[in-house]
Amino acid sequence: MQHKVIDAQDVVIRFAGDSGDGMQLTGTLFADASALYGNEISTFPDYPAEIRAPQGTVSGVSGFQVHVGSVEVNTPGDLCDVLVAMNPAALKANAKWAKPTATIIVDADAFDEKGLEKAAFATNDPIRELKIEDRNIILAPITSLTKESLKDSGLDAKSIVRSKNMFTLGMCYFMFNRPMEYTFEYLERKFKKKPQLIETNKKVLKDGFNYASNIHAIANTYTIKPAKQEKGLYRNINGNQATAWGLLAASEKSGRPLFCGSYPITPATAILEELAIHKELGAKTLQCEDEIAGICTSIGAAYAGSFAVTTTSGPGLSLKSEALGLAMITELPLVIVDVQRSGPSTGIPTKTEQTDLNQALYGRNGECPIMVMAAHSPSHCFDAAFYAGKYAMEHMMPVILLTEGFLGNGSEPWRIPSMKDYPAIVPPIITECEGAYKPFERDEVRFARKWALPGTPGLEHRVGGLEKNPAGVISSDPLNHEMMVAARAEKVARVANFIPELQVIGEDQADVLLVGWGGTFGHLYSAVKELQAAGKSVSLAHFDYINPLPKNTAEVFARYKKILVCELNCGQFANYLRAKLPQFQYEQCNKIQGQPFIVKDILDAVDKLF
Amino acid sequence: MKYTAQDFKSNQEVRWCPGCGDHAVLASLQRALPEVSEALNYAKERYVFVSGIGCSSRLPYYMNTYGFHSIHGRATAISTGMKVANPTLTIWQATGDGDALAIGGNHFIHAIRRNIDINIVLFNNQIYGLTKGQYSPTSKLGMITKTSPYGTVEHPFNPGALVLGARGTFFARSLDSELKLNQEILLASAKHDGTSVTEMLVNCMIFNDGAHGVISDREHRADRTIVLRHGEPMIYGKNRDKGLILDGMQIKSVTIGENGITEKDLLVHDAHNPNIGIHSMLVDMKYPELPVALGIIRDVEDKTYDDNVRDQVIDVQEHSPIHSVDELLRSGATWEVK
Repeated sequence: MQHKVIDAQDVVIRFAGDSGDGMQLTGTLFADASALYGNEISTFPDYPAEIRAPQGTVSGVSGFQVHVGSVEVNTPGDLCDVLVAMNPAALKANAKWAKPTATIIVDADAFDEKGLEKAAFATNDPIRELKIEDRNIILAPITSLTKESLKDSGLDAKSIVRSKNMFTLGMCYFMFNRPMEYTFEYLERKFKKKPQLIETNKKVLKDGFNYASNIHAIANTYTIKPAKQEKGLYRNINGNQATAWGLLAASEKSGRPLFCGSYPITPATAILEELAIHKELGAKTLQCEDEIAGICTSIGAAYAGSFAVTTTSGPGLSLKSEALGLAMITELPLVIVDVQRSGPSTGIPTKTEQTDLNQALYGRNGECPIMVMAAHSPSHCFDAAFYAGKYAMEHMMPVILLTEGFLGNGSEPWRIPSMKDYPAIVPPIITECEGAYKPFERDEVRFARKWALPGTPGLEHRVGGLEKNPAGVISSDPLNHEMMVAARAEKVARVANFIPELQVIGEDQADVLLVGWGGTFGHLYSAVKELQAAGKSVSLAHFDYINPLPKNTAEVFARYKKILVCELNCGQFANYLRAKLPQFQYEQCNKIQGQPFIVKDILDAVDKLF
Repeated sequence: MKYTAQDFKSNQEVRWCPGCGDHAVLASLQRALPEVSEALNYAKERYVFVSGIGCSSRLPYYMNTYGFHSIHGRATAISTGMKVANPTLTIWQATGDGDALAIGGNHFIHAIRRNIDINIVLFNNQIYGLTKGQYSPTSKLGMITKTSPYGTVEHPFNPGALVLGARGTFFARSLDSELKLNQEILLASAKHDGTSVTEMLVNCMIFNDGAHGVISDREHRADRTIVLRHGEPMIYGKNRDKGLILDGMQIKSVTIGENGITEKDLLVHDAHNPNIGIHSMLVDMKYPELPVALGIIRDVEDKTYDDNVRDQVIDVQEHSPIHSVDELLRSGATWEVK
């Protein structure tokens, strides 16, 4: 067979295997190697809730998709060019994601009678059963080759079999002409204390690479040249890490030490884990006894003068509702990060959704408006977290930052910013005052109160959940209550004077305006580019700020004939817009499958409008 | 620091019912704090009073200090965050039997387990007062209340047993009207590093009058309670003629001079003993079998959570090559596009 090297603009690879097969690591290493090589990347981990779901079954399949490009990459890709399936179940669950032209690499050793039975295939011919005979299928005996590779290594049988993901990775490195050094460096760091594993993993990786080059079954290999990126220093970053770092950045800029009270919950836990590492920057983390203690310890820390944050996901935000009302009425700065996942209740906890918007906007007793922001990409989580901190501290109020499992776990290359390019954060801390300190007296611009920290002589005061008058005295006076409710709402509304205006991608006037918020940005952006290239009159307005809305929102909406609101829920943002800006008509494009959009979803929805 | 009780009184009108035991605890606190300030050199601005919801949780408004009247059950979590964020603050928490042991039970035991340096004053009136008379987790079995018209069918918590079960480092008990003893205990609890829990047996005139009457009644108090002091033999009684001995595995009350018992045979209180064995028995003593133990039952040393957190931060800062966010962003694997 003639071996051809194809110069590809972008390629999508999907790694799939049993949840114990190490597919998340394999995918991550491939993505990291590509990012370090200089490609644009976008990743999408798609795994089950169980750590070790029933072995070999379709429900236990763990997948990791990575989109690599020499051109701009904005999504993890709809369909894949290469599918790696480590067992029959993985093939069954993922064949539908393979392009008609795809190459499919399978571990032939796993395709025995037992494996086929666990994956509930009806026949002994899974390829025909899945109707994928026309794909380029490479049956590689990966397990036995890994055993052969390590037979003299002295490793136990279990550890040897566990190394098969490295063999697969080696094969992919050959197919995509990836350098192996980055992965070698990773192995050296990871197994510093177990040098034997550095050598065995390197060997299997190289043997996989050599095997792929020797079998001649792989007709085409690809090169994906480094992308033309803006000059600068880059790193790969996922959304949860970026969120944690953005919070640390806000702490540094404000001079307020970071405190994070939190409780482990998928998919938000990694933020707490990341903050727990960075004690060198003064961050204090407290893994609490429950979600309620997570927010309440943070409220206590905020009163004491920290930049306080709490991190959670949907059901955790429900548990925090009452305390969120307390943070709102005491007017203390607090950032609540909700990494949204599929609900209601426990739902599909490892899958992504945008279904907490209503909860974030309305989920409290009393009149309790709270600022709500959203991050639109993994790296944007950094800026979103930074600004959530800035608004919380400067405006003296809780801020909810919505991210998504898709963003938290997804990663992309990020041009490392310099902190000198970020604005100052100046919390309104008061150290002395003439006469008695009145805790709920407001400044004219932001309508924010002053922050008096315990330990400051002369500013002793009491706050709490009971309604107060501006002097901080408990009051059930009807008119005072009405005035205080209005004042707290006014403070949130005035943030609109400080946030950026809504920007439109595309023409200022067009037939259709796509509207989105949060983690759907990459897919909407890709769809708009595709539609524009096809000559369609479509623009995109993507919201990072939800409450309050950017001031020019109505003015922007008025310039388009149709507005299509796209979101991963049943229409929560669309309904919010209907309430806020009822003069417009809103079409909807919704998906509620625990999965991100694919670009085609958007294209189809727009087609229906024309 | 020199203060008087007056310095700790706020200008707010105290709104507890006349005759409520809470008044006496408030007075005890306002009298104890000048002593605490002098002993520990605490300026008034370092005090924060935190509370949840309930009658006793109104207390922060009556103290002329920093204060936070929070939500039901969560005072312990809020205190925890405050203390960890700023360990130089001296945090006092006013809470009740419903607030701390029902809705806030989880935070209560975990703060004790962590040994956060906060001072919890637990007002135990064995009833929900603010909601007008429902049984609480400390109400006696069979008690008739609005939500148990035929008597409760559940056993009460003994707060001291919970504290010891969570390996608490400080537990004391007193009666609302024992102002002198209260002051003594509150000073010791302030000096104690770690979570201190002081159970104040308070009387609710309206919904549970006389709940502690059997032991608090002036005429019989000395015979039905024992005030424990570290290093002193366990003697009690109006005539100081009764004492406690260990009889096998049980504590037993004896009369000095009877059956050849002398003061030397009595147990000597050791509040500093890390072993919870005897402390457990003392906490459990009930009248009429035995006198109810008052005073500081347990006061042992251990590292506090807030100190450990601070030490860890300092330690990591000393050894980490990262000192700023700019350095953090550039740490690990990066690449340059030229």
